[in-house]
Parts: sequence; structure tokens; C-alpha cells
Amino acid sequence: MLTLTSPVDTTFHRLPAGPKLLALCVVTAGLFWLDGVPATGAALAGALALVATGGRAFLRHAVAMLRPLLPFVVIVGVWHLVTDDLARGAVILLRLATAMLLANLVTMTTRLSDMIEVLTRLAAPLRHLGVPPRSLALLLALTVRFIPHLSDRTAQIGESWRARSARRPGWRVMVPVTLAALDDAEQVAQALQARGGAG
Amino acid sequence: MERNLAHIALFAALIAVLGLVPKIDLAAGVPITAQSLGIMLCGTVLGARRGAFAVLLFLGLVAVGLPLLAGGRGGLGVFASPSVGFLLGFPVAAFIAGWIVENTSLPVGIAATAASVIGGIAVLYLFGITGISVMLGKTWAEATVISFAYLPGDVLKAVLAGVVTQGIARMRPGALLSRA
Repeated sequence: MLTLTSPVDTTFHRLPAGPKLLALCVVTAGLFWLDGVPATGAALAGALALVATGGRAFLRHAVAMLRPLLPFVVIVGVWHLVTDDLARGAVILLRLATAMLLANLVTMTTRLSDMIEVLTRLAAPLRHLGVPPRSLALLLALTVRFIPHLSDRTAQIGESWRARSARRPGWRVMVPVTLAALDDAEQVAQALQARGGAG
Repeated sequence: MERNLAHIALFAALIAVLGLVPKIDLAAGVPITAQSLGIMLCGTVLGARRGAFAVLLFLGLVAVGLPLLAGGRGGLGVFASPSVGFLLGFPVAAFIAGWIVENTSLPVGIAATAASVIGGIAVLYLFGITGISVMLGKTWAEATVISFAYLPGDVLKAVLAGVVTQGIARMRPGALLSRA
């Protein structure tokens, strides 16, 4: 399955995942202390410069990942145009764009397996609540494995609907899709038990 | 144990698949992604604890960099976006919805619809609106106005969650873990 890790090799790819995530947390928290257009503008420029070290294609991809911010740019822009406080709106947007850019930079330069390792390490204290770390690894693997499977089943159910009806498959396919997930879960549970359990 | 793990994993996958489905036309040409329907179903079908765990697992996969949110979004960036409040509210929404279905004796369809409205809309919006208000520096009232664009779609999805949950109760009573 597709991941968001960038195939373009950058120096950031070679940094270990744990420190990168820690640095991201510190910098993002720091961003919310910055105020004023010059400071937040400089922060965004700095973040862009960091991303630009990865080359043009890398930079373009990183900027494209900011697209979900667009509707908010419009909302905040119009809002502060009406309230006549454009500087305030600019600070908010610059700060958001910087935070998202840096977070995506970490995602784009860290392999999925490294991220999962950090996640498993962070979740280790959960064993005191009765969640063994091994079961988390199993859960992640199972989910990743079953997303394409369940996606195919959903497409099949839609096709068999179209084979029977002239109308488009609407919300009615939701019941068989959910049932498919429940049936798969029962089978996986039996398969796990047959192989000696998950504990 | 194995049964719980399998259900959690499969429903995390279900949330992801519902986000991948380009769009389901719920009513005449209203394109709505079904992802938040997945969140509601986690609660109403699996129950409070399993449902919340399934949503947490899904968010974990998003955080480590899989593009599973509706529209192919993912990675750590989404947790720095204005919609972060909705993401953090997802597991709580599933938990509350599940708790309501588990602890009421209403007919399952009605219970699941009410649970989805309370958990999947009221509680979720509480988180989402707070997130928008913090991230965009707006007052709570202003952030509420911004969020109301999603309300009609979410009401439809809550009703749908009730219908689907009832369908499962009828076809596979034993599989409805929230009422088992």
C-alpha cells in the first residue's frame, strides 16, 4: 500500500525517527509562542528552506500536502478582511502552515517501519493496562493487511448490486460491507486461536 | 482476547476503507465521505472499549504516515491542522456511542441512532469546535459557525449508523458485540 514516505532521498531520511519526532514536538510547541507577522513569516521561510534542501520535486510534494489547509485560508482570510485585522489572520495561517509543513517533513522522511517501532515503544506502558506490546504489533499488521482486502470486498459488493439493480448502489451496501468486516473478524479470531493464540 | 483483537483490527480497517470510498451518494447528489460513519459504527457495533480502541488504532496508522483519512490525507501534519479537534474527538465519540448502546434497553436501531447523534455529533463537535477555536484563534461561538457546514451530512450518517446497526442485529444478532 501507498505510504507518505517520499522516495526522494534527503539528509533527513538518515536521522533516527525518535529524535526527529521529539524535535518536531518541541518546535511545534515553540511555534505557538511566536507572535507577529515577521516572526511567524520567518518561521515559515525557515521551514520552507529546510524542505527545499531535499530538491525541487520534494519541495513541490511537501507544498502539495498543505492543500487541506486551503479552505481554512479562505475562511480566515475573509473573516479577518471583514473584521479588518489582517495581521492577526496572517499570523494564524503562517503558524499553521509552518506546523503542518514540518510535521509532513518528518512523515515524508521517516520509513513506516521506523515510525511503527517508535509507536510500539511509546505504547509499551500500556502493558500495565493489560495491553501487551506484542498485540499492538499484531493489530497494526492485521489492519494494514485487511485494508486492501476489505476495500476489494466493498468494490465487489457494489458490483453485485449493480448487476441486480438499475439504481446506483447507495447507502444500502453499508450493511453487507459491515457484515463482511464482522465475518472476517470472526475468521481471523479462529485462525489466531488455531495457531496458539495472540497472547 | 483473539476475538477482541480481530474485531478491533477489522473495524480500524473498515474506517479506513470508508474513507477511501470516493463518495457514497447518501441522498440526491449530496457527496459525503463515509469516514465518520465508520467512527459511529465502531461504537454502536463493537461497544465502548473495543470501538474506542479500533479508532485509536486507525489514528495510530494515520500518525505513522498512512494516507487513510478521507481525501488521502495522513501523516503527522493532519494533527497540526485546524481539524485536529475532530481527530482527537473520534475515539471519545466512539466510546460514548458504544457506552450508550451498551447501557440502554431501547430497541437497537433507535439506541444506535441516538448514540450516534450524542457521541458522533454532540461530543465530536465539542472537540472539533474547540480545536478550530484554538488553532484558528477564534472564539468558541465563531468556531461553531465554521463547523456547522458539516452538520447536515453528519445527521444523515447518524441515522444511517442506526439503520446499519439494526440490520446487523437482525441478520447476525451474535455479532453485535455492543449488545452481546
